[in-house]
Amino acid sequence: MIELIEIFGTAGLWAAVLRIATPLIFGTLGALLCERAGVLNLGIEGIMTFGAMIGWLAVFNGADLWTGILVAALSGAMFGLLHAIMTVPLGLSQHVTGLGITLFAASLSYFIFRLTVPLAATPPTITPFQPLDIPFLSDLPFIGAALANQTAPTYLAIATAGLLAYILFRTPLGLAIRMTGENPHAAEAQGVNPVAVRIGCIMAGSALMAVGGAFLTLSAFNSFFPTMVQGRGWVCIALVVFASWRPGRALLGALLFALFDAYQLRLQTVVGRAIPYQLFLMVPYVLSILALVVMARRARVPQALMQPFRRGER
Amino acid sequence: MRLERRAHRPLALVLLAPVIAVGAALAISGILIALAGAPVFEAYRQILIGAFGSRLAITETLTRTTPLILTGLAAAVAFRARLWNIGAEGQFFVGAIAVAAFGAGFASHWPAWALIPSLLVAGAIAGMLLLLVPLMLRLRFGVDEVVTTLLLNFVAVLFVSMMIEGPLRDPLAFGWPQSVPVPEEGELPRLVERSRLHVGLLIAVVIGFVIHLAQSRTVFGLKSKAVGLNPKAAVFAGVPLATTLVGVACLSGGLAGLAGAIEVMGVKGYVTTDLSPGYGYAGIIVAMLANLHPVGVIAAALFAAAMFVGADGMSRAIGIPSYIADVTVALSLLTMLVALFFTQYRIRR
Repeated sequence: MIELIEIFGTAGLWAAVLRIATPLIFGTLGALLCERAGVLNLGIEGIMTFGAMIGWLAVFNGADLWTGILVAALSGAMFGLLHAIMTVPLGLSQHVTGLGITLFAASLSYFIFRLTVPLAATPPTITPFQPLDIPFLSDLPFIGAALANQTAPTYLAIATAGLLAYILFRTPLGLAIRMTGENPHAAEAQGVNPVAVRIGCIMAGSALMAVGGAFLTLSAFNSFFPTMVQGRGWVCIALVVFASWRPGRALLGALLFALFDAYQLRLQTVVGRAIPYQLFLMVPYVLSILALVVMARRARVPQALMQPFRRGER
Repeated sequence: MRLERRAHRPLALVLLAPVIAVGAALAISGILIALAGAPVFEAYRQILIGAFGSRLAITETLTRTTPLILTGLAAAVAFRARLWNIGAEGQFFVGAIAVAAFGAGFASHWPAWALIPSLLVAGAIAGMLLLLVPLMLRLRFGVDEVVTTLLLNFVAVLFVSMMIEGPLRDPLAFGWPQSVPVPEEGELPRLVERSRLHVGLLIAVVIGFVIHLAQSRTVFGLKSKAVGLNPKAAVFAGVPLATTLVGVACLSGGLAGLAGAIEVMGVKGYVTTDLSPGYGYAGIIVAMLANLHPVGVIAAALFAAAMFVGADGMSRAIGIPSYIADVTVALSLLTMLVALFFTQYRIRR
């Protein structure tokens, strides 16, 4: 029993929490931005896969790591544009469009990857982001060891949460975004163009999702393999609900979620083979479902979420 | 330029939509093939040969069509009632593992006439139960079933993995994680000798027509349509929302579970975690290509299966990755959505 609690005392656990949380933070913020403008983006799983693939491929072909991140972001924005064209001006089903984008982006990733990188016994690798040694942070007691020695994109993820919170709640642009998600007709009456706001938000949100995917291949691991996103996108969609559509809570939710994940990974080694490892692997998905159940009634959903906006139609 | 709603939905246009959608998807994939440096028409010719070019190719395509019809129907009946069952993949797997468990368990010495139907029912019930969980969460707590059914897919595959490495492990499989085999009496009879094609295809096709009749001729069919078109109006008209959705979920989950059961009993004989190359997800595309029509699902499933089987042959012949089939099929979902939109709207200057 003591061993189960001792896990919390190890710095390795807390460092792992931030590492596991990073793609979730990016993904959740991306999905949150789309939903704040009133559009559910189920393309997330495929967009993360494509970001992971294209970012890795860019670096594998000689680009530097930040260019890889940028390429991933641009690819995400392009899939976002496709999603936006179909769901905003055409007003098609956001569920089906999103799933279509996921299936398309994922299969396109595998196609491009297999085309450019021949099948090999050991997958080719790149040199990923190295942990930064930040002088003052590492001196902090307890959390210092976890906060320092992360790779640069992790800090970027945390900063993005702050930036998104600032934009959404402290700027006119944020007000326009939130109005569009609550009542696009009222927003239009105030001189906001709901169509433009939605398209912009989906593109920016999808770019964040793709960066979350790229973190997997450029920092967490050093190679790409199919199915590596493993439902993280769907977890992000659940986290948005858990966070009640607030960036700060999204950050907390992703960290909490990553804590459970990091804990179960270490628990596996302590418990050994007494409990099938698959039960531990189920934890993230079951937790996401529980998070939805707990928050479903309490969460304040953007009122125009999943409602297409057509001028002159109500 | 602006979009204007059509007063009528021209029937010819609705029927043409899938053809246009598939054509557009093939054209876009053609660009990808050209970018990959391969001859486009030769690639498509090879896909056709790979799917229909020989007796073996045709039976393989039809074998692959079978699970796609059933998962396609699973999505079609659910989507018609606006029940977003994206969990057919997981339901497929629990249906398959239920067959292995039931077949290896107390039913192992039953004669074929009793064993085959009970195994099919076992698979269907397993799929049903898996979908009832997210439906209950929706009815009781208001949780959107899209995300829960998606998440349960991963749980289901992990559960299957746990079973085939644990209690249902085949001790004679040299350490490979696979389930105990289905007893011989539980295997579905072949339709064509010296091929993998089995009677599952007939079962799937018949179910497609039966569902069509049920949807157009029965009260349940009308209720499930009403719930999908406008839940509030349906409730106002006296349609019980929860009971109707439970019925739809049992049908949808049951079909996906049945797909898994039939795949094990007809093709593989045992369960592994790669039993389905994404049949559950492809079923969504099949359903949309058919515009949710049960008989259309059969044709759409044949198209998807032909792409998948044909692309394998094409890949061996000219070296373009067979993933191009997945790209084309996924694209056809997006183009179908757009094509359907233009059956309802037109562009006016």
